[in-house]
Amino acid sequence: MSWTPICDFDKLLPERGVCALVDGRQVAVFRTFDGTLHALDNLDPFSGAYVLSRGIVGTRKGEPTVASPLHKQVFSLVSGVCLDEKDVSVPVYPVRVADGYVEVSV
Amino acid sequence: MSRIVVVGYGPTAHRLVETLTSKGFDGRITVIGEEPRPAYDRVALTSYLSGTTAEDLTYDVPAGTVTRLSTRVTGIDREARLVTLSDGGTEAYDVLVLATGSAPFVPPVPGAEHAFVYRTLEDLDAIRVAAKDAVEGVVVGGGLLGLEAADALRALGLKAHIVEMSPWLMPRQVDEGGGAVLKQHIEGLGLGVHAGAGVKEIVADENGQVIGLRKPDETLLDAQVVVFSAGIRPRDELARSSGLEVGERGGIVVDSAMLTSDPAIYAVGECALAGGMIYGLVGPCNTMAEVAADRIMGGSATFDGADMSTKLKLLGVEVAQFGSMTGALDVTYMDPVSGVYKKLFISDDAQTLLGGICVGDASPYTQLRPFVGKALPASPSDLLFSGAGANLDLPDEAQVCSCNNVCAGDIRTAIADKGCTDVPGLKACTRAGTTCGSCVPMLKQLLEKSGVEVSKALCEHFTYSRAELFDIVRVRNITTFSQLISEHGQGRGCDICKPVVASILASLHNGHVLEGERVTLQDTNDHFLANMQKNGTYSVVPRIPGGEITPEKLIVIGEVARDFGLYTKITGGQRIDLFGARVDQLPEIWRRLVEAGFESGHAYGKALRTVKSCVGSTWCRYGVQDSVGLAIALELRYRGLRSPHKLKSAVSGCARECAEARSKDFGIIATEKGWNLYVAGNGGFKPRHADLLAGDLSTEELIRTIDRFLMFYIRTADRLQRTATWLEALDGGLDYLREVIMEDSLGICADLDAQMEYHTATYADEWAATLDDPEKLSRFVSFVNAPGLPDPSIVFEQERGQIKPVMVR
Repeated sequence: MSWTPICDFDKLLPERGVCALVDGRQVAVFRTFDGTLHALDNLDPFSGAYVLSRGIVGTRKGEPTVASPLHKQVFSLVSGVCLDEKDVSVPVYPVRVADGYVEVSV
Repeated sequence: MSRIVVVGYGPTAHRLVETLTSKGFDGRITVIGEEPRPAYDRVALTSYLSGTTAEDLTYDVPAGTVTRLSTRVTGIDREARLVTLSDGGTEAYDVLVLATGSAPFVPPVPGAEHAFVYRTLEDLDAIRVAAKDAVEGVVVGGGLLGLEAADALRALGLKAHIVEMSPWLMPRQVDEGGGAVLKQHIEGLGLGVHAGAGVKEIVADENGQVIGLRKPDETLLDAQVVVFSAGIRPRDELARSSGLEVGERGGIVVDSAMLTSDPAIYAVGECALAGGMIYGLVGPCNTMAEVAADRIMGGSATFDGADMSTKLKLLGVEVAQFGSMTGALDVTYMDPVSGVYKKLFISDDAQTLLGGICVGDASPYTQLRPFVGKALPASPSDLLFSGAGANLDLPDEAQVCSCNNVCAGDIRTAIADKGCTDVPGLKACTRAGTTCGSCVPMLKQLLEKSGVEVSKALCEHFTYSRAELFDIVRVRNITTFSQLISEHGQGRGCDICKPVVASILASLHNGHVLEGERVTLQDTNDHFLANMQKNGTYSVVPRIPGGEITPEKLIVIGEVARDFGLYTKITGGQRIDLFGARVDQLPEIWRRLVEAGFESGHAYGKALRTVKSCVGSTWCRYGVQDSVGLAIALELRYRGLRSPHKLKSAVSGCARECAEARSKDFGIIATEKGWNLYVAGNGGFKPRHADLLAGDLSTEELIRTIDRFLMFYIRTADRLQRTATWLEALDGGLDYLREVIMEDSLGICADLDAQMEYHTATYADEWAATLDDPEKLSRFVSFVNAPGLPDPSIVFEQERGQIKPVMVR
């Protein structure tokens, strides 16, 4: 598995996302309140726009989530499954912190 | 197969046919009515003058029922069991039901032929025509219907007078003390009250045009429209001519099964004399119809008199009466300052509640009517202070809905066994609350007491409504989301509660919306201070206060749009929207705009958008005030004010209303003397004309009133509730709003004023502040690992000389 560094961990605000371009793929990376990282594909499957990194981060019944900024469908940050329409999901990617750097693998 | 013929097609006939049909009656039902339409809701008759149509009021004809409209029954052949009709036809019956109703009583005074009555839609049509050229109107009769007729005349723009024979108004519902308070209310609305007065003659000129009403003391009351509402007389002429037994003073005599002296003929409603009484209220008439239907189907129901309790709101005054109007003991609460009069009648041992009268505050009616004839649930003085009775437990047999005879036990069964969880469900299941609606508060109370949660929780993270959260944040001076959710919520929030809290914090504390933790709460658009469009790009709207802009500034907007390749469009709010900006372009675009003197237009926020204006007295030959100047002042005053939903405004310089102010959350229309303020208008999905809150205000009064209106709305509205729906849901409506913000009835005006003062003093343009903050600016990138790189997924093509987005996957 090859890891691509994208930014300093400190660059990520708690409960907000950023977007990174990795091998031509748009990856949305989120830092939750407790410092856990999650990476999803940035493409919102409902609207076809690359915007998921700009959604609101929160929880649903304890599960960390992001809501699409366009039409508010909520996705699990853990599984990528849309919690409002369970047969829709977005890819999730491995993400880690190494030497204070956030790295993703696509 | 049995054949039922119903004579008369009013609400009672409708209830009879409906009951038969719903009980599965399989014979033939024919209804013969003299009016040109099926039965309609007479309780809501007055709403016909304010826009409700005849179709809205008319009941659906139950399936399978044959109707013969515009047809009178001219005779009954009881031997042959058939009725003869005005069109020459006949109709045979096995069972005949007389539901011929009543006619308004017109006293035999000279000139009475020039007066109107108030009973049918046609009567209202005629009154409406006559009111067109009239200035003053008189209603003869100060009872329930008379007051309603007076309200109708007032709504038609007339100065209305009420003439009542008795020494006070509504003598059947209130006693002398209540009458005095009622008079005070009604005179306060500008109506003339002439109690203890009779009518000598209706005076008309030689063309038959009414010029006034002469009282027995010879004084003449000027009026061009006179309406009689002096009681009803049962329509018993058909029964009389057919040899059925009728009462000495009218009414078809019936027994407790609603049968007349002919066992094949029933009589129900206002034409029936049951137990020596004529009933003119919808509740007892419905019960009679149900009893007759039950009997026709072989049942054994009886009508043993009815509760004549009444609760109504006439001319904005609540009046209610329940149970008896006399008793060995009585306890009175009277507050002439706020116009409230409440009285309870009690048995001589002070144990049993016998009845009550309320004027100005009908809460005892809702709370205590079910206790009539039963032990007093608390001391009379406790019960008379408002709210004291709110938590009483109703006995199962207590009647909740007198129109449809539904008891508390029926409601409890519907909740427990039939799964009703809300008021609409209870209405559908039990019919309670479907006629006059006065028992709806009691339905809510029963729901709450049965443990059905009427949830007002914002989302799974907060059990509070937005208004409650607002108070928590305000009173405890909470400044962060984390503090609020750890102390008053659970989990870490979501796309519903976070923007709500962001908005509350912004309304209360101002400060930059992207500062610290607040950046994580902001919805899509606030997050980048721009409006996200379908392809993930943003549109930019600089503020153009009042829609006034210099040529130099117009040129800057054009240059920015050209240099960044943006699509431009004029908005509905008199400004210019620039579309197609990538997130990384926003700071550069705004640097140019801020340098030229522009500020954020908050098109992205739940906040004040624009104050639109017409050109006003400066240029327009019709304008009476400087609408542009006021619009600019208002837009600058309220810019940046975060609220539960977007706020729009407009100022028109004269009554021609070119700025369309009455479609706005707050709209101002110039008058010769100042400004009229309209509130709670809306365009959008469900348009609503704004209501006049206050007229002829000075500029200073106007601004103070808008300040308070906005702050009160911001404090109390629900999430994403526009002012239109907020006002419609506000208990007490416009009158209450006026009391709160113009008369300071809650004592909060100083607070509201201070809050607005704080807002205006601390406002700062959030785009200029963002440009000065490198940390905030660093977030405006498409890719965190390639800050200079534009998003390759954003593609445009050309249309009519400008860009448009292309969606690529």
